[in-house]
Amino acid sequence: MSNMKFDDYLVKNKFPLFWCGGCGNGNVLGAIVRAFEELQLDRKNTVVVTGIGCWGKADDYINTNAFHGTHGRALAFATGIKLANPELKVLVLMGDGDGATIGGNHLIHAARRNVDLTAIVVNNLNYGMTGGQYSGTTPEASYTSTSPYGHIEQGFDLCKLVEGAGAPYVARGSVYNIVQLQKLIVEALNKKGFSFVEAIAPCPTHFGRRNGMKTGPKMLNWIKENSVNIKQAEKLSPEEREKKFVLGKFVDRDKEDYSTKYEKIFAIAENAE
Amino acid sequence: MNRVIVNTDWCKRCGICVEFCPVEVFTQEVDGTPVPEHLEKCTGCRMCVLRCPDFAVEVEVDKDGTK
Repeated sequence: MSNMKFDDYLVKNKFPLFWCGGCGNGNVLGAIVRAFEELQLDRKNTVVVTGIGCWGKADDYINTNAFHGTHGRALAFATGIKLANPELKVLVLMGDGDGATIGGNHLIHAARRNVDLTAIVVNNLNYGMTGGQYSGTTPEASYTSTSPYGHIEQGFDLCKLVEGAGAPYVARGSVYNIVQLQKLIVEALNKKGFSFVEAIAPCPTHFGRRNGMKTGPKMLNWIKENSVNIKQAEKLSPEEREKKFVLGKFVDRDKEDYSTKYEKIFAIAENAE
Repeated sequence: MNRVIVNTDWCKRCGICVEFCPVEVFTQEVDGTPVPEHLEKCTGCRMCVLRCPDFAVEVEVDKDGTK
């Protein structure tokens, strides 16, 4: 195969991108296709699976194989695709509403089963496509269209959730720290087993507008000011840490994945009487 | 000198390249379109390329020039 450039993985005749000005989805898309370039992934052997939402549109712009599923079920479809053909490289793109709120159950169970998938959750802290309602990751006390006087629930720490479910690779990046995000995506794609990357991204149209950050640069500055790396986070009190986005790699361990175990048990079953 | 090319068909005038350029290469037109006016300052770090959410900025680094 000839040398692939990052834009060879993009469907450029569909540009300009569908997303709002200042939306972080385009940055995560960029980090993904640049990671593809770095790894020289074979387009024919790669499948991108998405659900519903703004970020669910991402498969329209990536010219690998693609599967656009129903809301919250991207991981369920991806599990099926991977088990039917374990040779495929399967990438699952979900938003926080899609992957962590409506599809939260699929997220923990895919991590528990350790299916060899790479899940990238773009966390823009609300449901962007449907009008800025709060999601399972909306921070406490922030304003959304369904919490106009301040949100009274606390948001999920998705990385801790997936770590607790047993995933062998868990990391969080942000659109502001775009070089680190690309590095984490490359590592996740290389990992055998369920690898999870959360990308903190701005939604200036909904979350930003209701929280005093109407523009992309304002939201990016807010993400920058509220991000700390793992070492810095260790020095903070638990209360302070809860309000920050802790960025970096939390888990990187070796664990036998589902397909490998399945093949072994299949062989045992075949030889059984 | 480096060349900075803005694809105005893809650009959504969000202002991220203008805000986060470490050496302030860009100025903005009234409608928000970024203009790479101070090309002599460009160090070729390409952060505008990576931070642009719309793949609308490209930097061609001049390998022979001083900057």
